[in-house]
Amino acid sequence: MTQYETAVNPTKILALASGGGHWVQLLRMRPALAGCKVVYATTNDGYRIDVPGEAFVLIPDANRWDRIALLRSCWKILRLMLRERPDVVITTGAAPGYFAIRFGKMLRARTIWVDSVANVDELSLSGRKAGPHADLWLTQWPHLAKDGGPGFRGSVLT
Amino acid sequence: MIFVTVGTELPFDRLIAVVDQWAGTSDRTDVFAQIGDSYRRPLNIHYKTFIEPADFARRFAAADVIVSHAGMGTILSALQFQKPIVVMPRRAALHEHRNDHQLATARRLAALGKITVAFDESELLQTLERLGDLKPQERIGAYASDGLITALREFIDAGQPEPRVLDTRIIAP
Repeated sequence: MTQYETAVNPTKILALASGGGHWVQLLRMRPALAGCKVVYATTNDGYRIDVPGEAFVLIPDANRWDRIALLRSCWKILRLMLRERPDVVITTGAAPGYFAIRFGKMLRARTIWVDSVANVDELSLSGRKAGPHADLWLTQWPHLAKDGGPGFRGSVLT
Repeated sequence: MIFVTVGTELPFDRLIAVVDQWAGTSDRTDVFAQIGDSYRRPLNIHYKTFIEPADFARRFAAADVIVSHAGMGTILSALQFQKPIVVMPRRAALHEHRNDHQLATARRLAALGKITVAFDESELLQTLERLGDLKPQERIGAYASDGLITALREFIDAGQPEPRVLDTRIIAP
């Protein structure tokens, strides 16, 4: 490694989302991660094709109706966080994103929750639980923004 | 080709049954459906329970029309690639999802003129019978709005420690 390369110290980001819409929305935020060292984590191995050449980790899916899956997801995400030690965690949910925010906070990462644009009438349950623990808490609908969070700064629907 | 998808999580037999029945009566042979983990098998259309993301992308690109549950991933893809799309929202009361967020999404996006919504089976059948009238909506870009990207970027950059002073010998020998 040259002296120049050692002088550069990119921010390490864990970008994590459940499959389907959560993942599609996370991908639409990629320009914000440019220049950072990003580890992508999601619940479907086939999504590797969306982030060629990037670090990719498969995580188990979970929802709040399946406690065993929830525990397994929780454990895997804790291990992932301890291994990767990201500076920043960004997630669009759902349940695995909640764990990423809580463990991220414990490990002194800076954390971002962007609530899914699919939550139009009210915030997602995972968003209501995780949001207050996130350093940056955003909704994608202006009418859902509130003092004290979440804030509104734009959406993936443009 | 008509590409039908119910997403990766739950089956949606009410949607598939309408499409299957319509394909049978109208002799459409170019319908492919991803039906999820369902016991009910369609008779008149090609189908698979699940397909890999690469296969999904191929079929999506080849499709003239998308028929879907009101899942955000499929809706965003349809808008980005300017595919005409009709969605039918899942209903919690029919045990098709855990809550009615798809109904709320569908209502809001229909009001914004982004998608065509069939709120029930008869509306879906009517839309299928006039499928040629379905037009692609206004295209969305590949990425989120500048406002959102900037907000995220600023937050990420704010935590970056001051860059270490470069060894000037490399730059100015």
